[in-house]
Amino acid sequence: MRVALFLTCVNDTLYPDTGRAVVTLLTRLGVEVDFPAAQTCCGQAHYNTGYRHEAEPLARRFADVFKDYEAIVTPSGSCGAMVRELYPRMGERARAEGRGGALAAALAPVVPKTYELTEFLVDVLGVTDVGAYYPHTVTYHPTCHGLRGLGLGDRPRRLLEAVKGLELVELPGAEECCGFGGTFALKNSDVSAAMGADKVRNAASTGAEVLCAADNSCLMHIGGTMARLRTGMRPVHLAEILASTEGAAA
Amino acid sequence: MSGTYLGMPAFPEAARAAVRDETLRGNLRHATHTIRAKRAGAVAEVPDWAALREAGKRIKDHTLRHLDRYLVQVEESVTAAGGLVHWAADADEANRIVTRLVEETGESEVVKVKSMATQEIGLNEALEAAGIRAYETDLAELIVQLGRDRPSHILVPAIHRNRGEIRDIFRSEMGEWGRPAPDGLTDTPAELAEAARLHLREKFLRAKVGISGANFVVAETGTLVVVESEGNGRMCLTLPETLISVVGIEKIVPTWRDLEVFLQTLPRSSTAERMNPYTSMWTGTTDGDGPRTFHLVLLDNGRTDTLADEVGRQALRCIRCSACLNVCPVYERAGGHAYGSVYPGPIGAILSPQLRGTGSAVDASLPYASSLCGACYEVCPVAIDIPEVLVHLRERVVQGGPATRHGNRVVLKPAKGHAAERAAMRAARWAFTHPGALRAGQRLASRTCRFLPRTLPGPGRAWTGSRDLPEVPSEPFRDWWQRTRGGRDGTK
Amino acid sequence: MSSRERILGRVRRALADVPRDDAPYERAIARDYLREHGERTVAETVELLAENLADYRAIVHRTTPRELPSLIMRLLAERGPRSVLVPPGLPPEWLSAADPTLVHDRAPSTPRELDEVESVVTGCALAIAETGTIVLDGSPDQGRRRITLVPDHHICVVRVPGQVVSSVPQALERLDPARPLTWISGPSATSDIELDRVEGVHGPRTLEVVLLEDRPAD
Repeated sequence: MRVALFLTCVNDTLYPDTGRAVVTLLTRLGVEVDFPAAQTCCGQAHYNTGYRHEAEPLARRFADVFKDYEAIVTPSGSCGAMVRELYPRMGERARAEGRGGALAAALAPVVPKTYELTEFLVDVLGVTDVGAYYPHTVTYHPTCHGLRGLGLGDRPRRLLEAVKGLELVELPGAEECCGFGGTFALKNSDVSAAMGADKVRNAASTGAEVLCAADNSCLMHIGGTMARLRTGMRPVHLAEILASTEGAAA
Repeated sequence: MSGTYLGMPAFPEAARAAVRDETLRGNLRHATHTIRAKRAGAVAEVPDWAALREAGKRIKDHTLRHLDRYLVQVEESVTAAGGLVHWAADADEANRIVTRLVEETGESEVVKVKSMATQEIGLNEALEAAGIRAYETDLAELIVQLGRDRPSHILVPAIHRNRGEIRDIFRSEMGEWGRPAPDGLTDTPAELAEAARLHLREKFLRAKVGISGANFVVAETGTLVVVESEGNGRMCLTLPETLISVVGIEKIVPTWRDLEVFLQTLPRSSTAERMNPYTSMWTGTTDGDGPRTFHLVLLDNGRTDTLADEVGRQALRCIRCSACLNVCPVYERAGGHAYGSVYPGPIGAILSPQLRGTGSAVDASLPYASSLCGACYEVCPVAIDIPEVLVHLRERVVQGGPATRHGNRVVLKPAKGHAAERAAMRAARWAFTHPGALRAGQRLASRTCRFLPRTLPGPGRAWTGSRDLPEVPSEPFRDWWQRTRGGRDGTK
Repeated sequence: MSSRERILGRVRRALADVPRDDAPYERAIARDYLREHGERTVAETVELLAENLADYRAIVHRTTPRELPSLIMRLLAERGPRSVLVPPGLPPEWLSAADPTLVHDRAPSTPRELDEVESVVTGCALAIAETGTIVLDGSPDQGRRRITLVPDHHICVVRVPGQVVSSVPQALERLDPARPLTWISGPSATSDIELDRVEGVHGPRTLEVVLLEDRPAD
């Protein structure tokens, strides 16, 4: 199976460890991963801020870069939802604007074969125990686009529960948005910060060492708030927990 | 809409004050969290919820698709049942019609059932200008009216007030409007409700004119439906001699049978009850029972403009349950007033900029008053994809484009104040379509990040005011991949 | 141009992009939802009605035709009203054992006069088990809408199982939209203070529902 890692621009630039963890994890599970170097950004920030026309070339580029792979795996619920939920919509909007079906046709092939990491593990590879070891107390925050956009359901939780040494504790108000929301974090920074502070307080109340999520954009916001509020907790991407093994530095 | 809202500040500024108001935050957190859990329970009781939601969506979409036909049918059926039908293209016309109808009765006061449509058009203010006093009779509306306040929630307009504040308002203001609050009034909800009962009773018993909205109008039968809890609706709908109902044209459902869907989804979504205490249904007038004269005022006021937008028109499916407000994390923290409209919360953020246009500061900012978390869409009983419409309206704000205003097709210019953002978005798009440039930028960031201060000036302060910046790694992933061929070279 | 023509014209222009769809309405809407929730015997449906009425703070009594007059007498005696409002077509035997003065609702009765009466006794059009709702349709044993609104104490007699339906869809099938309808689920209530439910505002603060067995339930 030719599997491409769609890392996302945020992870590529700021969270390369997450990318390495995905590579480590998938390689350990016998998957040969490629990282098409021509990939950049899915266009989500443009699209969701109202710049759909600026997002279109990025979507076309995405489709072009990834179209020949059998599966495209991304460690981001929101970028995954962008491709799966919003690319079809972009195609439809272009058609409705009288620009024909070319965009829709270009995007269609990549949509069904794009998987968020936990979907790929659980649905495609059929594994929940990935052989990980992580001797820490962890609380899990389901990010909005993964939870409500992609409908990831209990996949992340099942993966975490199978990790040796890991103690999973319930996050109060888990399904409530952390307040990141892309440019929302800047345009409505007061409300965003208040949401983030409440999320961090809830996380701290669990006594966990680690707050885990499957999207680094949200973790950047939550982690930045944690650091500012000096909670002592660490934000860690799910992929990094799943990549950890006994003997390796956790 | 009402002049009360002209000149409202943009959402972020209004929200900033609300976020810092600890009492308000506490009141909203308590109320929204209470109702959230209850709604989830009430919905979980019904195993066919998804099918009811889908049917509700389709009924409303079908009605909107044939709205001209159903409007005419409503006119015919209401007239045949003894009602009088009026058409109002905008708020001013609706206010003129209602004022004239009240003046024709010779009365100088009216009792009102809680109604979003009459708030939207600013009817109370228009009546007051004509020397007619309108008494709000819903408990929360009474609290708002006595407190000279503005509503902050669709279902519970005084949600921003806690019981102690309500007691203080009743004590100090009831006397001005009629029967004063009982001596020694405490802040227990039962006593507060009793004080409202006593205060409003005399108004109900002497009222000659009632004004209402409606939750549904059934086209085939001409039946209007009002769903309520307290009995103030029944009082206003049955005791006066004249009843005037102001109803948005999107409230129509085609058939009697359609109510079987909405009478299941609305109560569970709004008050989290299997059924609300009282639902009144009336068809024209009935000899010897209820008002002798019934007027129905059909209100456009921006609805046809909304209907003209193929993405935005789904907002007209709304049945005003307010479930989206109750689950919204932004509403919970910003409060209803920040939305600058009688329609707050997620549904308000897509309704107001469509009904009023995106010309004002607050209306242009409303599409951004969301983190797009999707909780609103998930609970919506008519499946309005609020995030989709929000993003669509963001496009309208920053890109401009075709829209309909007052029935005319117009081409909107991009809103002011987005020039820097637009330039940044273009630059980012350029970099992302030129990976070499992207890579150079990443490397530059890696080399220079240690010079970044903990807090940034200018627009960056929006981030660093409350959050630390992430550490920029020594190399981006793509460099590591290229250097190690994905770790296969064994180097780390 | 009249506003009627203006609005209808705007609607038609707004829908110019929508393909015409002339499918009959009943085929246009998929109604995949249930006609009732769960399978119950007739007796279980009546039991569910009683539970749901009580859950929303209605006081529920069960009786037989023979015991009904004495039950109503007792319920009125407990509250000690001087007068009881009765709709024109209430079966006279229902109140045959009651002591208070019967006030007959007449067209000229003003709201203030009704406000002087403490209690009202009526029948109903039907009751809905799944929601704990009684529906009045203005028939002679129920009277005008105002008589069940202004007095503070409402005793409503439901014939079981004949007047009981399971669900909202079944209720709408049996009701006549041309009549003024009042659906009542418990005493008046409000959630307006901190979104917490409090019973008792403008409508009757006490709702007593008498389930009258008109034939033995199975």
